[in-house]
Amino acid sequence: MEGITKSFPGVRALDRVDLELYPGEVLGLIGENGAGKSTLMRILAGVYPANEGRILIDGQPVRISSVHDSMALGISIIHQELNLADNLDIATNIFLGREFTVSPFKVVRSRALADEAKKLIASVGLDAPVTTPVEKLSPGRQQLVEIAKALSMSARILVLDEPTSSLSPKEAESLFAVMSKLKAEGVSMIYISHRLPEVEEICDRVVVLRDGSRVGELKRGEISRDAMVRLMVGRDIARFFPDAGKRQGEPALAVRGFRPADVEGTFDFAVRQGEILGVFGLVGAGRTELARSLFGVEPYSGGEVTICGRPVNIRSPLDAIRHGIGMVPEDRKYLGVILEMAVRENISLPDFCSGCSKIGWLDERREARIAEEQVKALDIRTPGLAQNVEFLSGGNQQKVALAKWLAIGPKVLILDEPTRGIDVGSKSEIYRLIRRLADEGLAVIMISSEMEEILGLSDRVLVVHEGRQKGILEREEAGEESIMRLATGGTT
Amino acid sequence: MKKILGMTILLVVLCVAINLANDRFMSAVNQQNLTRQIALLAIFAIGEGIVILSGGIDLSVGSVIAFAGLFVAYAVSSFGMSPWTASLIVLGVCALIGLSHGALVTKLKLQPFIVTLCSMLVLRGLSRGLTQDETMGFGDKFESFRRLGNGDWLGIPTPVVILVVIAIIAHFFMRYTVYGRYLYAIGRNPDAARYSGVKVDRMQTGAYLACALLAGVAGILHASYTNSVQPATTGNAYELYAIAAAVLGGCSMRGGEGTVLGIVIGASVMRVMYNGIILVGIPTFYEFAVIGLVILIGVVADASVKRRAARVSKSARQPAKA
Repeated sequence: MEGITKSFPGVRALDRVDLELYPGEVLGLIGENGAGKSTLMRILAGVYPANEGRILIDGQPVRISSVHDSMALGISIIHQELNLADNLDIATNIFLGREFTVSPFKVVRSRALADEAKKLIASVGLDAPVTTPVEKLSPGRQQLVEIAKALSMSARILVLDEPTSSLSPKEAESLFAVMSKLKAEGVSMIYISHRLPEVEEICDRVVVLRDGSRVGELKRGEISRDAMVRLMVGRDIARFFPDAGKRQGEPALAVRGFRPADVEGTFDFAVRQGEILGVFGLVGAGRTELARSLFGVEPYSGGEVTICGRPVNIRSPLDAIRHGIGMVPEDRKYLGVILEMAVRENISLPDFCSGCSKIGWLDERREARIAEEQVKALDIRTPGLAQNVEFLSGGNQQKVALAKWLAIGPKVLILDEPTRGIDVGSKSEIYRLIRRLADEGLAVIMISSEMEEILGLSDRVLVVHEGRQKGILEREEAGEESIMRLATGGTT
Repeated sequence: MKKILGMTILLVVLCVAINLANDRFMSAVNQQNLTRQIALLAIFAIGEGIVILSGGIDLSVGSVIAFAGLFVAYAVSSFGMSPWTASLIVLGVCALIGLSHGALVTKLKLQPFIVTLCSMLVLRGLSRGLTQDETMGFGDKFESFRRLGNGDWLGIPTPVVILVVIAIIAHFFMRYTVYGRYLYAIGRNPDAARYSGVKVDRMQTGAYLACALLAGVAGILHASYTNSVQPATTGNAYELYAIAAAVLGGCSMRGGEGTVLGIVIGASVMRVMYNGIILVGIPTFYEFAVIGLVILIGVVADASVKRRAARVSKSARQPAKA
């Protein structure tokens, strides 16, 4: 791939990226979230076209304008979320849409299909009957079915996007074994992963992307975790963020032995009034689970929570709200706000809910007052309070999602990816807003997968790795490398 | 609000057109009869509408109506119970039915369509079985109870009076209490509502409770009015009439939209159409075809108006963004 450039409205996702892949090579492609790895691979797969640049295979320029084209050229991508029809069996999945049929009624030749499928799964080391429904297989074995499917299309270039994120260590090992076998057969692979030790173990070469550009390459002997981390991060981030906070008060929220639902480890930490506690971890590390359990969306399976020194029991979002916790969830459009309702109605909802022990009349005057205050305080740009939130820009929608909590005067605010999908200008504005709220005495827990934002805004940083609290770094000791090391499973 | 205006205009136009074709439409007898029919439909349509706008659906309405009517008639004839006592008891049973719908939908996370479909079949079967499929009525006894459906109050049919009371309560609940607001929020986006602190399960259960109770009331009125409840046919397809009335009145099947007033107007349009078909002299075999077509036209018109509105607000948004 040469000089690949891709712009989306408002963002330049890739900027003249070159990528070369040799036969029988495993190439690691790494970078932070949003660095452009997936975009680059989607262009290779023909999901969307590049604005500039060209793709050559065996030295010949090729046109890839659809997924069909890329398949015909022997390119196969195995995504993070598998693309299998759960209820169908292995053989059907492998040949879905490409069944061998007998004309004229397109009767499927099941026997031939099964025989062929048997050979394919044997070649990837899968030993299940081909009639097993895919849903009965473990994630690791499902992945093997995907690979078998790719091989059935005589793939020469295999892209694996975070293949081990849902695998057990043992399953990962057997995947690597399959990969080296394929490598010996001359298949080239691009391996995308956040798990640097794995990259170190299996890749022949590593290319690092940052902010849509290729920032470096590491050859076999140079690959080390430190070298990769250094390339992945490392940039000027000071100006974009507000100054550090002024003072910190008493602990507003503290957890001991706290164990969120669906997470293995426990958490022990406290957030003080006026403090912004950054929570960093790679995708799937358990950050969002922590937030959801703190807010009562999912039950936590152990530990205690105290708010301003008093132990509390949080079993539902309403409990959390009544104890003064607000949360801006990661998925703004589906959880943070109700798009088809007015700005006014969105902002007043938690206020009504937390006070609904009273008779329950809809106090529209109070609603209008609250909404007006917040729109003014957060400078929400809307034509009016009655405007539906769906018609606001992303940044203003996010402000509404914040405003509804500020309206109840919370003690603790949990922000999950507060600037996801928001343009750069609004980002900076939201950072300043968060800092201002903290300075007014609010305790803020800010979950983010953007290193920049964690470093620029946090007073302390809690690092999560594979469902466990790996450590809390003070502002002075929190650097990109120290955080990344913890987040990828290393020690301080 | 615009939608209600549109539906009101449609209603008036229909009335005028039917009256032009047959001036018996405005006669006192026909009006008495028509408004009574409207009330009998609108009462349970309001219940259905509340469920729909909270994002659910209730298919058991017709069976609950039959069950309630039969229960009263059966208790009166078999156990010599007063119809009033029987009515109170059956409302209690309806409340239990509604609560169990709510529990199955919110606790077991079953789809409301399936839950209430099963309930529709079970209640219909039970009603027919317990009565041995025999038509039930009150004969010429219990005049005071039969006046509930047939009588009038200051010239207004009693069911209409009951509808007005129910509609006012429902309107105030939906429009002026926080609970009404919660139901709309849940209908739009139950997850976001929960994240805002709404007790989603409790509110949804409440909606199914209200729907079953109103169907029970309609069933009692129906028994009183017709004085003959047929286990196999009474209330058949009434849930579909209720859904049609709610949709005509501005409810979206996706939830979160609709008003009590709109539902009442929707029910009126349904009944006026039915009345018109008879008065104009269209063979009643075509009844469903006519009603179906009119609803379809209404929904298509509404969708195109909405699409235009969306375009307008989108283009109005563009300069603000730049």
